[in-house]
Amino acid sequence: MTKVYVSSVIPAPAAEVWKLVRNFNALPSWAPFVVESRIEQNAQADQIGCIRSFTLRDGGRIRERLLALSDYDLSCSYAILESPMAVENYVATLSLTPITDGNLTLAEWQAEFDCAPDREATLMQQIGNGVFQTALTALKHRFGR
Amino acid sequence: MVRVCQSTIIDAPIDEVWAILRDFNGHERWHPAIAFSEIEGGEPVDAVGSVRHFRLNDGGELREQLLALSDKDRRLSYCLLEAPLPLMGYVASLRLKPVTDGDATFWEWRSEFHPPPHRRDELVRLVTEGIYQAGFAAVHALLRRRNAGAPVEARPLPASVAPASSASAPRVAAKAASIRAETTRAIVVERYGGPEELQPRAIALPPPAPDEVRIRHTVIGVNFIDVYCRTGFFDLLQPPGVPGMEAAGIIEAVGPTVSGFSIGDRVAYACPPVGAYSERRNMAPELLVRLSDDVSDETAAAGLLKGVTASFLLHDVHAVKRGDIVLIHAAAGGIGQLLVQWARHLGATVIATVSSDGKARIVERLGAHHVIVYSRENFAEAVMRLTGGRGADIAYDAVGNDTFAGSLAALAVRGHLVSFGQASGPVGNWDIGRFASKSITVSRPNYAHYTDTPEKLAPHVTSFFQALRQGAVRVEAPTRYALANAADAHRDLELRRTTGALVLVPRA
Repeated sequence: MTKVYVSSVIPAPAAEVWKLVRNFNALPSWAPFVVESRIEQNAQADQIGCIRSFTLRDGGRIRERLLALSDYDLSCSYAILESPMAVENYVATLSLTPITDGNLTLAEWQAEFDCAPDREATLMQQIGNGVFQTALTALKHRFGR
Repeated sequence: MVRVCQSTIIDAPIDEVWAILRDFNGHERWHPAIAFSEIEGGEPVDAVGSVRHFRLNDGGELREQLLALSDKDRRLSYCLLEAPLPLMGYVASLRLKPVTDGDATFWEWRSEFHPPPHRRDELVRLVTEGIYQAGFAAVHALLRRRNAGAPVEARPLPASVAPASSASAPRVAAKAASIRAETTRAIVVERYGGPEELQPRAIALPPPAPDEVRIRHTVIGVNFIDVYCRTGFFDLLQPPGVPGMEAAGIIEAVGPTVSGFSIGDRVAYACPPVGAYSERRNMAPELLVRLSDDVSDETAAAGLLKGVTASFLLHDVHAVKRGDIVLIHAAAGGIGQLLVQWARHLGATVIATVSSDGKARIVERLGAHHVIVYSRENFAEAVMRLTGGRGADIAYDAVGNDTFAGSLAALAVRGHLVSFGQASGPVGNWDIGRFASKSITVSRPNYAHYTDTPEKLAPHVTSFFQALRQGAVRVEAPTRYALANAADAHRDLELRRTTGALVLVPRA
């Protein structure tokens, strides 16, 4: 089991950041590497079990199932169903925590998955840096002031 | 019930912040409201259940009890036992989370309590501002001062804490060290292989964990076990990693929960975890040996691991006694020289084997009764001849493949072959049924199993230093190599070019 953990401070109140990231279908509006997303089967984006199918800038397609969404804990967990990354048992959680000092937000994004041992380092880099940190950096800039 | 939750971002790595906060009695050093604090009954600061008794600057006295402490989650919880204020049922916890983007720390401090309604707002404000926010500000300021390089306090704040979960084998910096992170010169093995894999590098040196000390090495011992670590025969070293299990030096920093050692102490060690091939390192102090004035750093670094090994080989693995016939291979090597002298001191008859005439002379001078140059003579036959066909009671064999069969042949009935190394390669598979021909015992001792607790280690350290003082054994001046040239030391050791011990010396 490989684990990836990335965290950033987002310069906005947690409720404000949550409004944006809780929408399971909204990746294209803030994650720079996602160009298009839809929810399958005409489900709602906050319906547990719903599947988002989205297209990456490089053309890759990913399908992910919403496993948990908590407006109380400000967290969202999902599993990858299909992706070009060759990962198995991939479960990720994005969660927000308020930072009272300055009214900011700690955003944490973590994933656990299985993969071939020789792919581990590459995948950790790709997911931790290429996906999570890139998206969090985009969030930081979006709320930057 | 009210809940208070405050959080902040501290611009310092999480381990540095945790080092300050996990010390349950450390608040007197950083929290501005606290004048004095002590742990009742002399309990350790990290013993769950311990009680801190402290006095505020305004004279109020409080007692709080540690309810939970987790180095894994970097979380600490405590409750109030006595206070001059009606903070009824006050339970608080603080926790840290890493901010990986920028190597900072998220710190959350929260509590629940039941204030009397008419004092609710006042008490919430007191906890929020007077305790939590004031605490945040103090730690911000402390770390700013510390990172600016200013002296921290008259009473030195333990420079403390690395991930408590991390093994102390120095981790190789994955990326260029940030300005804040200290580095140290070390020899790094990036992958298992030959001596050329011993590469000088600068590696990150985190502050010592609460239960660790930092040592500045003065002399580093080189042992054959380091070769096994480098080649991957032993998995004590996981690449990338720093080899080495023996050194002498001076304690430079002490974690807050360490007792019994102070800055400036002269110490030596001969134990895992690996990491001695470095200018400075952090390690747990349990297996550190304090050096007395009559033992030099060089003697300790050159002799401790070998001396302790010789001691358990001669006392624990087999209790050598007067009249025993002891066969010692590689007798001019580091451990060999000690075994020869010490076995003789114990009253044994010593038969030594060496690879050359030059080495034979050295071993004769050390007191071996008989010396066999095995490149010229079948040593098993020689042993039988020298003992009138009886054979040796004990054979100490760290040569392995080249000598194992001969050692068995050289044993007496009920003889004991102690195979403690394999410098010439693995000994291969043996049918133990054949050992019945002489009722032979074979031991394959592992250093760790005889030395991995202070209780096991101490008698051997004592007996070795005692033997040194008595002159029963002498440690020859070792061959010195610069730390950066560790690869040369390994080459010479493996090519059997050396006699006595090898040491590495960090650049002054």
